[in-house]
Amino acid sequence: MRRESKRSGVFTRRALLIGGTQLAALGFLASKLYQVQVIDGARYATLARNNSVSARLIAPPRGRLLDRFATVVAGNRQNWRALLVAEQTGDITATLDRFAALVSLSEHDRARILREVRQHRRFIPVTIKEFLDWDEMARIEVNAPDLPGIMVDVGTSREYPFGELLAHVVGYVAPPNQKDIADDAILALPGMRVGRAGVERFREVELRGRAGAVQLEVNAVGRVIRELDRQEGTPGEEITLTLDAETQRQVMGHLGQESASSVVLDVQTGEVLAMATNPSFDPSLFNSGISQAQWLQWVSDKRAPLINKAIAGLYSPGSTFKMVVALAGLQAHAITETDRINCPGYLDFGNRRYHCWKAGGHGMLDLHGGLQNSCDVFFYEVARRTGIDAIAAMAHRFGLGTKLDIDMVGVRDGLVPTRAWREAQGKAWNIGDTIVAGIGQGYTQITPLSLAAMVARVATGRAITPHLTRAIGGVVQPGGKAEDWPDMGLPERSMQAVRQGMWAVVNDPHGTAPLAKLALPGVQMAGKTGSVQVRNVSRAQRDNGYKSDKMPWELRPHALFVAYAPFDAPRYALSLVVEHGNAGADTAAPIARDIMTDLLTRDPLAHRAAPQQMASRT
Amino acid sequence: MSLLERRLIRETRFEFAAKLWQISWIYVLLLCALAGVGYLALYSAAGGSVQPYAGRQMMRFALGLAVMLGIALIDIRVIARFSWLAYGAGVVLLALVLRMGHVGKGAERWINIAGMQWQPSEFMKLALVLALAAWFHKASWERMGNVLFLIPPALAVLLPVALILKEPNLGTAVITGTVGLAVFLGAGMRWWKLALLVALVALAAPIAYHHLHDYQRARITTFFNPESDPLGAGYNIIQSKIALGSGGLWGQGYLHGTQGHLNFLPEKQTDFIFTMLAEEFGLVGSLAVLGLLALIITGGMLIGLRCRHQYGRLVALGISANFFMYVFVNIAMVMGVIPVGGVPLPLVSYGGSAMVMVMMGFGVLMSVHVHRDVEFAGDRDEG
Repeated sequence: MRRESKRSGVFTRRALLIGGTQLAALGFLASKLYQVQVIDGARYATLARNNSVSARLIAPPRGRLLDRFATVVAGNRQNWRALLVAEQTGDITATLDRFAALVSLSEHDRARILREVRQHRRFIPVTIKEFLDWDEMARIEVNAPDLPGIMVDVGTSREYPFGELLAHVVGYVAPPNQKDIADDAILALPGMRVGRAGVERFREVELRGRAGAVQLEVNAVGRVIRELDRQEGTPGEEITLTLDAETQRQVMGHLGQESASSVVLDVQTGEVLAMATNPSFDPSLFNSGISQAQWLQWVSDKRAPLINKAIAGLYSPGSTFKMVVALAGLQAHAITETDRINCPGYLDFGNRRYHCWKAGGHGMLDLHGGLQNSCDVFFYEVARRTGIDAIAAMAHRFGLGTKLDIDMVGVRDGLVPTRAWREAQGKAWNIGDTIVAGIGQGYTQITPLSLAAMVARVATGRAITPHLTRAIGGVVQPGGKAEDWPDMGLPERSMQAVRQGMWAVVNDPHGTAPLAKLALPGVQMAGKTGSVQVRNVSRAQRDNGYKSDKMPWELRPHALFVAYAPFDAPRYALSLVVEHGNAGADTAAPIARDIMTDLLTRDPLAHRAAPQQMASRT
Repeated sequence: MSLLERRLIRETRFEFAAKLWQISWIYVLLLCALAGVGYLALYSAAGGSVQPYAGRQMMRFALGLAVMLGIALIDIRVIARFSWLAYGAGVVLLALVLRMGHVGKGAERWINIAGMQWQPSEFMKLALVLALAAWFHKASWERMGNVLFLIPPALAVLLPVALILKEPNLGTAVITGTVGLAVFLGAGMRWWKLALLVALVALAAPIAYHHLHDYQRARITTFFNPESDPLGAGYNIIQSKIALGSGGLWGQGYLHGTQGHLNFLPEKQTDFIFTMLAEEFGLVGSLAVLGLLALIITGGMLIGLRCRHQYGRLVALGISANFFMYVFVNIAMVMGVIPVGGVPLPLVSYGGSAMVMVMMGFGVLMSVHVHRDVEFAGDRDEG
């Protein structure tokens, strides 16, 4: 029993010790209770009586968008606004009446405020009015005692230093709607915005950030006494784009007054240096709400200023499609690089006659001559021999009429028709359809962006895909190096034949686009023109001396041009569509030449893009 | 079972009535008083109504009381024989809940049995106490000095702790580990081993934290703070403090707690029920409740001290320690002293399965009390 007594003795001592510790711990809790309930009690009781701890969420600053040289293209600037906290005001309507006497408040705003007050938790502030000027702020502050629950604070508002120049690609933000708020409650905060177009919309998740919260002690009239607790939010990620704002400005300048779109790529990496669409719009207008008149003006404009034509405008590629047809023909062994085809000015097939653009014909031509002269008959014949499905397959490999994996919203795929596509419509495919497809007419539709991807792929032989994001929050995204893009595996001989043809288009004295020749010593550009009719020209019109430049604007053909340079060591690729610009050689080629000249002579260190006003991040 | 054992049981068997007489009815009365406090609080939490909390809670307490008295009459030596079986069942249930449990507030803790939702970790803590007590039951003071002898029970603590951590439920894992440690100490583990353990944990914790990935650290943050909603945790604590403070010395009066009744106080029927009581009854009321809780804890320790066999002592110690940890963590939480969430106040907070499990624990405690003088087979031989 000695061992048992030893054991029980140990247990007794330890149980007493543990029990004592427990009682001491409870005593500690009791002392804390005394402090909270009695010593600090009076203060907390006041808080409770005035119902006056106010929890406010802090809106996270939206991530900025930078161009490739870290120039801000979408930033945040200070925005003074009046907010209403429902739990701090007795009669909301009366308070709003007094507010409206100081600062104008429309019926529309008033209805929105009352609706939002009903929808949100009582301590979440509702925006009464944004973008207050100094006078309005002063009037509100002076009358603060009459305006319980109303406070003025500073938030941020999105600003676009380049305005119209980058509106389509950067996009814009707008106030969230009910569905947005249901998806993410932080959007209910005053001043929060949702990306509605362009990169702003595509990168919404990264740009938004996470809300913080602050606990404030306020007095009976809602004035903040002090901060009790604060959790900072997480700002949205800063995103670096591949765009060069200065290049974009130059391209927009060269587009002038035309309704046009141009995409400029780094030919080795697919980085989009410029994505210009004209005419444009002021993206900051969406931030505060668009007037009815402004909206109607945009919607009724035949040149469709709100549409990003570079990614959503669909055009027939016309003669710019001929490189793809040539490569399809070579791949299918329908022709060789040296085979010659006779052009008498037309091709008869079935009971139809397909005309060349040159009435007298080109005579005997090989592939080089066919491209240089953009001979239609040559490519009618190549297409007829190759077949539509082989052409479509090659076009898809070059990014035309297929889904390009691009970091943008609203990108349209376009279409390069196949037999299966036509049969899915319940119609038969005719050889005649193949023949017109050979010169990029008929059902084929592409976007300027996919056209730029095609040129880059022709120039490098690698499967380059255009993209807009360089880095998110400092993390460099893949795709920025030439090695990121695999070789397409096409024979070098075929590629060279096509590239030589494009060289001749611009640089041969008998090429179709002599206006595109660069004036820079030792640097040459390869290119291809295209002109596509937007309406059928009948035989009778043609015989009566049809002149497209005498037609009304909206019936004139579109002018297209694709190019890359320098020819021997490609760095830039561009595509250009001038809506209703008549002939590609006359309208589009000089613009392409000027854009390319600017690109090749650009010194990014000397010409940092200077926005109208510098952005501040607050 | 040896012949000797059987004989001992027969010789020391009580009559049913005698056993009932042996139950500490004062202790039962204390428990009923605590449940009564819970009834008052839940009645107030529902805005002065039996529905939906108070009525149902009383039915569960009645059930719990019956379970407790039933267990109290079971011979503690029988319970001792099933200790490790209970432990095994607890581990299996924990593993099951990890595979198919319900997800509540981002953690898998619940399992459905008989139409009620159960947290196996509640049962696990009781089973762990029983198993440890069974292991240490015959261990002499000298034996407790042997490190090798301590390794199996240490593993028996770590396994459920690891499983509970994986749920993830850091609060309960810490409580489980602490309860296990209390039993080790009661059984006679040397102090220097405790010091070593504390030093090791203190050293390892920052190093381990340093080597974690960001997402793992974030997970630890959610351990401590299950609601990462910026309006959640911080808001709750502030509102809870305001409620405590506005109670003052004498309270706002029953059914007149403004913070609670204006719905500023979150989860006032579960985790924050103590706050509600403290607002309505003031410091006087909250200290009274704290005193009642202290009596129950002390009573449990006294049952252990009066027990003549090591198994009963250790079980009583473990069950009291568990109850204490619940109380301490919950009350410290509502005052914002520690950041852990999701620990209810036993017998007061609304919740069915927790109530039954706590009463089951008190049943075992009472069985220790009723059978405090029985002799375990082999005791005499060893002593």
